[in-house]
Amino acid sequence: MTSPFRTPEGGRIDRATTVEFTFDGETLTGHPGDTLASALLASGRHRVATSVRLGRPRGVAAAWAEDPGGLVQIEEPFPEPMLLATTVELHDGLAAHGLPGQGRLADVPDSARYDAVHHHVDVLVVGAGPAGLAAALTAARAGARVALVDEQSEAGGSLLSGTERLDDAPALQWVAAAVAELAGHPDVLHLQRTTAFGSYDDGFVLALERRTDHLGAAAPKHVSRQRVWRIRARSIVVATGAHERPVVFADNDRPGTMLAGAARTFLHRYGVLPGREAVVFTTNDSAYDAALDLSRAGVRVQAVVDARPEGSPRRGECEHAGLRVLSGAVVTGTRGTERVTHALVAPFADGQVGASTAIGCDLLLVSGGWNPAVHLFSQARGRLRYDEVLGAFLPGEELDGLAVAGSAAGVFDLAGCLADGQRVARAALSALAVPPAADDRLPAAPAPVVPAAPVVLWRVPDTSGAEGTTSFVDLQRDATVADIVRAVGAGLRSLEHVKRYTTIGTAHDQGKTSGVLTSGIVAELLGVPVQDTGTTTFRPPYTPVAFAALAGRDRGRLFDPERVTALHEWHVAAGAVFEDVGQWKRPRYYPQPGEDMAAAVLRECAAARTGVGILDGSTLGKIDVQGPDAAVLLDRLYTNLMSSLKVGSVRYGVMCGVDGMVIDDGTVLRLAEDRFLVLTTTGGAATVLDWMEEWVQTEWPDLRVHCTSVTEQWVTFPVVGPRSRDVVGSLFPDVDVSTEAFPFMTWRDTALEGVPVRLARISFSGELAYEVYVNPWYAVAVWERLLEAGRPHGITPYGTETMHVLRAEKGYPIIGQDTDGTVTPHDLGMAWAVSKKKPDFIGKRSFTRPANADPLRKQLVGLLPVDRQTVLPEGSQIVEFRADGELPPPPVPMLGHVTSSYRSAELARPFALALVKGGRERIGDTVHVPVGGTLVPVEVTGAVLVDPEGARRDG
Amino acid sequence: MQLIPCPWCGPREEAEFSYGGQAHVPYPDSPAELSDEEWAHYVFFRANPKGRFAERWNHGAGCRRWFNAIRDTATYRFERVYRLDDPKPGVTELARSREEGTAP
Repeated sequence: MTSPFRTPEGGRIDRATTVEFTFDGETLTGHPGDTLASALLASGRHRVATSVRLGRPRGVAAAWAEDPGGLVQIEEPFPEPMLLATTVELHDGLAAHGLPGQGRLADVPDSARYDAVHHHVDVLVVGAGPAGLAAALTAARAGARVALVDEQSEAGGSLLSGTERLDDAPALQWVAAAVAELAGHPDVLHLQRTTAFGSYDDGFVLALERRTDHLGAAAPKHVSRQRVWRIRARSIVVATGAHERPVVFADNDRPGTMLAGAARTFLHRYGVLPGREAVVFTTNDSAYDAALDLSRAGVRVQAVVDARPEGSPRRGECEHAGLRVLSGAVVTGTRGTERVTHALVAPFADGQVGASTAIGCDLLLVSGGWNPAVHLFSQARGRLRYDEVLGAFLPGEELDGLAVAGSAAGVFDLAGCLADGQRVARAALSALAVPPAADDRLPAAPAPVVPAAPVVLWRVPDTSGAEGTTSFVDLQRDATVADIVRAVGAGLRSLEHVKRYTTIGTAHDQGKTSGVLTSGIVAELLGVPVQDTGTTTFRPPYTPVAFAALAGRDRGRLFDPERVTALHEWHVAAGAVFEDVGQWKRPRYYPQPGEDMAAAVLRECAAARTGVGILDGSTLGKIDVQGPDAAVLLDRLYTNLMSSLKVGSVRYGVMCGVDGMVIDDGTVLRLAEDRFLVLTTTGGAATVLDWMEEWVQTEWPDLRVHCTSVTEQWVTFPVVGPRSRDVVGSLFPDVDVSTEAFPFMTWRDTALEGVPVRLARISFSGELAYEVYVNPWYAVAVWERLLEAGRPHGITPYGTETMHVLRAEKGYPIIGQDTDGTVTPHDLGMAWAVSKKKPDFIGKRSFTRPANADPLRKQLVGLLPVDRQTVLPEGSQIVEFRADGELPPPPVPMLGHVTSSYRSAELARPFALALVKGGRERIGDTVHVPVGGTLVPVEVTGAVLVDPEGARRDG
Repeated sequence: MQLIPCPWCGPREEAEFSYGGQAHVPYPDSPAELSDEEWAHYVFFRANPKGRFAERWNHGAGCRRWFNAIRDTATYRFERVYRLDDPKPGVTELARSREEGTAP
């Protein structure tokens, strides 16, 4: 339990506190402030995982989200796959193990909470490094509403990884002062551990805040684990820094191979020596800081290998510190198994590699330059420009409302980053017409040392004999230079194609280290400029986001609103089985002890046909249409005439689209000369109201009419069956319920102990029926009074399944079940509902299109299985035999399909409705329906199977 | 998520709106007098340009009002929103509104 690679002092860790964790079953220790990766390195462990395809050892190769090597599975406190050891903050009790590129989801429900917050700001700054802090300070000092988000556990960015000084003091003192100053501004939201992972239109940015992950078991239960911030910013400053780029060479994946800047981070931020003996391989000056810092900290730097023939002006600095610098040299490969033991170093000139020498080391640091983190800029559709000197893509245009600052924009010195942050923030303020504060001082940074020009080197020619098969470009996908060569050799030219062929950039890290390398290597192989190759598209999320976080509170019962009727508790108590109809919960049937659905429905149907049944039909859509022109509107929207309807009467109507296809049906009650109550299907309520609004607003604004939904203002209880008159008559003695006084398709208002009640003679079953309408407040009382009044007659509550059987027996279609948007009223056999008098209505002109006169149009008919047993599955296809009694050769022509299918108590056999080509001409024919492996013969009938004369509707 | 400038409510998130297809396609005065082909053009045929397009939009989750918009189908930018009873803006008018900064 020792940490032999921990420095004696320094770093941003709490050395006074020790935490225990386990990795691959081994108990280790670290300190608060460590990541899992830094604690593993402190214990001397580089190898973390095994590669996905080739099973090669892999280790920590970077210090944050760009690491392609250290994939882990968390087991405690809660299982979570595919995290990077470099981004997991250490806490007591953490248990993890390395992953071979694939993880395991938890098999227990996640009890943590996730939530989302909307936030609106003038200026959003992404990244709290030097440029981001300068930008946030400038915006905050000017009085703007600011949000500053940063993915690390504390602010500072690159300053956390170095020894820079500002105002003649350690730079982190300035960082602390800046953070304190921002906290003093009431309109500044500053979030650490928060990754802006996607930038979208109009200043919309999504950011994920990890609120309790670093607390482990100590996380308070009432605090959400992760939170998605939905930030709408008038102006965005992207100060997301840069990722160091590796150079590809043979066996560049051995644990112990690491980006040079990452080694500096482990040293300065975490107090960890990533090795004892190092070789540093670079194409630019930045790695000299790592070499010198590590050397000062006690690492034996065996050689600084600089690919540039003229080396660096910093050579003297190194040699003064006793470091050997080899200019015009490269690393051509490594030796070792679990860990690098040697770097192979060779002279390099004009693209030619000389003979290699092995230099012993347990740490090989690599720097191939820096790639600005342009992800958010590119996601916002910003065009990128390739910079020949840096060998990297930079923002190539100005975007409205989004600007890039600091090293994300290619500015790599501290003074430059501070100034750039301030400049970009001032430009953003100016666009918002906010003047900058008078005192907007930046700290004094030392004059930058102008670096020598880097050389752009994507890969070192493979002299190992492996022909690029161990020169890894994307370590997470085990994809190599050889794979790119094969892709280009196969004729692929587009980088997007190469990406898909090789899978480079498709893994967990989405190509943070491999993307630009691939652009460079492909360009080299094709002999075209890198600008022409470009990059693959940057897409959100920048780093992986758990689905649980995106779902937030919108899961389980809160995923979608559940609508229940005023009687819901009664239905539950009555043992109803519910079904979802849109967002509504509707009782499907009420099973009695020992009954299955089939038995319950047969009983309920029989009650409605022979005695009396009662349904909660409250979900029926209801639209109140009012105004002097209400009748004109309905005449234009319904296929039949509504203006001739008398006050007190009801009419069934069909509504079509301009194409003449049925979109909804229902009954219309005329309440007054200028007022109608339109009833729609349960599912069509919103659509029909929208349809009315669309025509009133866009075509007929001159009509004096208003439409509003009153679905939830009325409950509806159809009382159905030959005994319904007795029930309704006894409960409402003021109403003469005789057919003469209260005929079919009329309505009457009455009251029950002062509560207004509306009764309507509407039937969706063919039986004598009264629909009872009342304010939902009185729903339970009226329902129970109806049950009481019906008890002598055996009144039976029934659900939607029985409702469907009853209506289907009568051939009443359900729009959307028996129709599919290609069905006219004529196809349904409802020519009677299409007015011939009206000069026009929506859909009329389409009825005379030649296609609508086609005798082979699909028409609604009934089907009776000849065996009197089979319940045809809804959706079944319908076929017919040839004259010789054989099926036609495949493909067998399909005549249509079954749209509704039930058992009928009344018919004592199953039946179905179907849409069949030329169906009405086929009545009496026998056709076949494939069910399972057999062809079931069925007789084609008219759609109305029960009481075709309509004798029952008046009881 | 894009912001769409409702002429009555101001800028609101796109999820509050629904798309209503090409604008300025009036319901014919006398459909019965149209040939099948003319009627088919009204029912089925719509322009599908790359670039500036006059469209209908409905602020369904807000004020529930319909309005018209000039939108660039290649960039998704709304160049102009206007009420149903406003005439379709001409090219010069659009240019002027951009110069004056009154374009959304």
